[in-house]
Amino acid sequence: MLPDSKIPEGPLAEKWEKHKFNVKLVNPANKRKYDVIIVGTGLAGASAAASLAELGYNVKAFTYHDSPRRAHSIAAQGGINAAKNYQNDGDSVFRLFYDTIKGGDYRAREANVYRLAQVSVNIIDQCVAQGVPFAREYGGLLANRSFGGAQVSRTFYARGQTGQQLLLGAYSALSRQVAYGKVKLYTRSEMLDLVVVDGKARGIVTRNLITGEIQTHSAHAVILATGGYGNVFYLSTNAKYCNVTAPWRAHKKGAFFANPCFTQIHPTCIPVSGDYQSKLTLMSESLRNDGRVWVPKAKGDKRDPRQIPEEERDYFLERKYPAFGNLVPRDVASRNAKQACDEGRGVGTTGLAVYLDFADVIKREGADKVSQKYGNLFEMYEKITGENPYELPMRIYPAVHYTMGGLWVDYNLQTTIPGLYATGECNFSDHGANRLGASALMQGLADGYFVIPYTIGDYLAQTAPTPVTTQHPAFAQAEAEVRERINKLISIKGNRTPTEFHKALGHIMWEYCGMARNAEGLRHAKAEIQKLRKEFWSDLKLVGTNEELNQALENAGRVADFIELGELMVDDALHRNESCGGHFREEYQTPENEALRDDENFAYVAAWEFAGEGKPEILNKEELQFENVKLTQRSYK
Amino acid sequence: MAGSNPNAKPMNLTLKVWRQKNRNAEGQIVEYQVKDISPEMSFLEMLDVLNEDLLHKGEEPVAFDHDCREGICGSCNLFINGRAHGPEKGTTTCQLHMRKFSDGDTITIEPWRANAFPVNRDLSVDRSAFDRIIQAGGYVSVNTGGAPDGNEIPIPKPVADRAFEAATCIACGACVAACKNASAMLFVSAKISQLALLPQGQVERKTRVENMIAQMDKEGFGACTNIGQCAAECPVGISLENIALMNREFISAKATSNNLA
Amino acid sequence: MSWISNTFSSSIGRKVIVAITGLFLCSFLVVHLIGNFQLFKDDGGAAFNIYSHFMGTNPVIRTVEWGLLLGFVFHIYESYTLAVRNRAARSVAYVDSRPSQNSPWYSRSMALLGTIILLFLLVHMYNFFYRARFGDLDPDINNNADLYTLVYSSFKQWWYVLLYVAAQVALCYHLIHGFRSGFQTLGLNHRKYTPLVRIIGYAFAIIVCAGFAAMPLYFFFFKPELAH
Repeated sequence: MLPDSKIPEGPLAEKWEKHKFNVKLVNPANKRKYDVIIVGTGLAGASAAASLAELGYNVKAFTYHDSPRRAHSIAAQGGINAAKNYQNDGDSVFRLFYDTIKGGDYRAREANVYRLAQVSVNIIDQCVAQGVPFAREYGGLLANRSFGGAQVSRTFYARGQTGQQLLLGAYSALSRQVAYGKVKLYTRSEMLDLVVVDGKARGIVTRNLITGEIQTHSAHAVILATGGYGNVFYLSTNAKYCNVTAPWRAHKKGAFFANPCFTQIHPTCIPVSGDYQSKLTLMSESLRNDGRVWVPKAKGDKRDPRQIPEEERDYFLERKYPAFGNLVPRDVASRNAKQACDEGRGVGTTGLAVYLDFADVIKREGADKVSQKYGNLFEMYEKITGENPYELPMRIYPAVHYTMGGLWVDYNLQTTIPGLYATGECNFSDHGANRLGASALMQGLADGYFVIPYTIGDYLAQTAPTPVTTQHPAFAQAEAEVRERINKLISIKGNRTPTEFHKALGHIMWEYCGMARNAEGLRHAKAEIQKLRKEFWSDLKLVGTNEELNQALENAGRVADFIELGELMVDDALHRNESCGGHFREEYQTPENEALRDDENFAYVAAWEFAGEGKPEILNKEELQFENVKLTQRSYK
Repeated sequence: MAGSNPNAKPMNLTLKVWRQKNRNAEGQIVEYQVKDISPEMSFLEMLDVLNEDLLHKGEEPVAFDHDCREGICGSCNLFINGRAHGPEKGTTTCQLHMRKFSDGDTITIEPWRANAFPVNRDLSVDRSAFDRIIQAGGYVSVNTGGAPDGNEIPIPKPVADRAFEAATCIACGACVAACKNASAMLFVSAKISQLALLPQGQVERKTRVENMIAQMDKEGFGACTNIGQCAAECPVGISLENIALMNREFISAKATSNNLA
Repeated sequence: MSWISNTFSSSIGRKVIVAITGLFLCSFLVVHLIGNFQLFKDDGGAAFNIYSHFMGTNPVIRTVEWGLLLGFVFHIYESYTLAVRNRAARSVAYVDSRPSQNSPWYSRSMALLGTIILLFLLVHMYNFFYRARFGDLDPDINNNADLYTLVYSSFKQWWYVLLYVAAQVALCYHLIHGFRSGFQTLGLNHRKYTPLVRIIGYAFAIIVCAGFAAMPLYFFFFKPELAH
């Protein structure tokens, strides 16, 4: 059963203030008696580690990278939203809250989102104080831009490297606490299981990726800040190591997994060029401000795009959505691109791409002007594809970018396992069924800097400050399970590599649980995934041992968990008989091919409960209450 | 193509790869052949092909560091044909594409070599020395909460821009790898410059440079002799100006700080 | 006063010493060059011998001489220490390294160039300085020690001329890198002036070394037999 989501009583704007007063505090002298484990050192993890250490807790921070600074938060380009209203253009906490709820297609909790909008302003202040070099106006004040179709300019940025600069800010704060001895940093250490003692999260099992050593670590509370699971699709804009193992292990130990099928697809990515493709690269959405999306009208037209005359081109977004044109939301742009390709009108050798053409704007404004706006993106495109976008139209295709689903958490960011918290992309809490541009960085840092330091105290204050050791048999048992699983993986000695299984899974997920889904396809996918899972455990090929740097072994463990998650995603997508945000069920659309929500029956969070191996997962529903916004159907015609 | 280059023919290549079982083992160059490499592949995808091949043959794949594969995380670090990150200027290994090579080429691939970067295995090295240098002072000591409003500290745009340029360092270590002296001064100076330029960094300006340089020396990096190999190979274009600034910071800190140690 | 020793044993501290002494030695080169231009005077060496007598006996010069010696000692010692440390920073060499694609050879060869210059200096000092100061040169018409004749006879030997010219080539490359490098190490860097420093460094290196190299070449090729 789903526990209470602990949303404070009272008017929306006062909930967080009230809650901060009502949570229990840990005596300052006692804080050093509490250990907290934080898994993941991206924005959400590093900010939490630094902030908790500053408060006096003993933090143990874990990352599978060689340094906390490598987390994939670093790759976020666009920016970070904050309701500062520095631009005097009508922004406010409520507007950011409203935009986020609406953008999430009314599948997020009002209270969480409002809090996110409230603390957004503190994040900017904090980052500036750390020395994050945000873009500035000539007068020396912070610059903003409008992002992702927002009506106000509330996005703070550092050229196209905002994620990098914010992460390095959090990393520097973390490094300072490492130097003080308040954070013990474990690099190249991958969490392979959660240790639950008497129903409470009390530690983790890790594998040292260099030596293969399996270790157990204890603490009074555990925070998972391990990012999203977009790599379940094999190809995504996520980094290669991004995986679901930590939250998935926690899920199997009792943490509910919420809305796993809510996946965000980003329309402007560089398309796949061949089977060897290992990942996809995102290009900023801003390109759609000036680029025109088109495909040839005729199927299989393989002419050089420059030789296709105007009347034989189909500018399908402009044709279908005259009001918004090329600036329709991400999911609409993505689905239409897929549709054009499914009709056989895709371009490039794979036929899985559409053109994004800058010829008009270059003619209108000149190449210089265009280069000022998009120079670095054009350069990046040319580096990867070898084509010059000043001469040839870019080819783009949608790719998986962000996962809104994640571990279910209450208002305190605590999962269904007491003492286990989830922050950042790892939890499900703030973006509903779709995330606004420039909101991922905001949420990661909000959770880490300004939410968890308060809410974890509430739990710790009710926990005895006596040392937690790894002596409890639950630790030995979890460690033994981890060892057994690794041995099993190594001893299969089949014929297919982990990457081959991963690609096969990705193919199923992308085809049937990607941009557009239908019941029949999802049922087919479920059967396919189950088959793949059996094959994985009987035909996996690995070389070498556990006691060494063995990247194929690391990968195999992650793929095994992705396969299980994939099945749950399919279940979730199949049960949600509506379309909303990133979840588009073909059976549920308006006559204009818009997502058709069913607020009557599906205005809830689907929190899945692991019921044991081989048993179907149990669906728990958290009904969403909307007291401050009116649910509307969007239209971009 | 996938894209527009239908003439791109697959290539066959000879790879000479450094193999080393672990930190303490002896390493050696081992030769491999890879076939049907598409010019559209990234360099790391070419290594993926090799590794899948090795795995199928029951041989141990080549270990190498990588993650984001879009040139920003700083994980990838290969010394390719005698150059840090290979032949293309301003490019990380993951953004290097095989169209820069030709059919029949022999490509030598080695790990970064510096005593401060011990080899973990094959092409993967331990760059934790960089983290320890940052821990020695690469931060502004502000706790969470209590920061003044972001606009209370106006920063001239040119200063903010210069600080940003220094702050874009991805800590890949190419500067160390390329430097004849295995010096880390470009890396260290990038962080020192960023914070020395910004008003937020002023409070700890002197102790920061003293402590970071001390840690850098302790890690066993060489000393800069102003050759400029670091900046020439830096994938994100960190400038030598930063090293000059760091030297200036160091000299003035040593001359005027209250630190008697 | 551990901070002093700590400062100057740190990597940057040592670099600073190399830079300061290097730029100081550059100033010596200028003085030395200008003085030695007396060699070109067609007076049978009288002016040059007056000059060398002055340099050998003037108490101010004799004092500064010690500073010069210290300059050399520190420049050489600190450079050597840094070179050893830098070599030790990479004990396993690359199998395939192509530094020529990212940097000029002379910048990477400062220790080698410096060593060549040092060897030259030893020969140079023994032949001229030592023999002028402690040897027994014949007096010239003004009763100054006749260093000029020694210079003349030395520069009439082809191998000696070759050694000098080669050393000046080495010095030239050493200076091209060293001059701007000294400024960089001292943090004297500015977007406005650094390009100028580079140009001056090039000009300085070429003019000074060409000037010094001209002397043996002049004697060898153009100077007729001395009339005694």
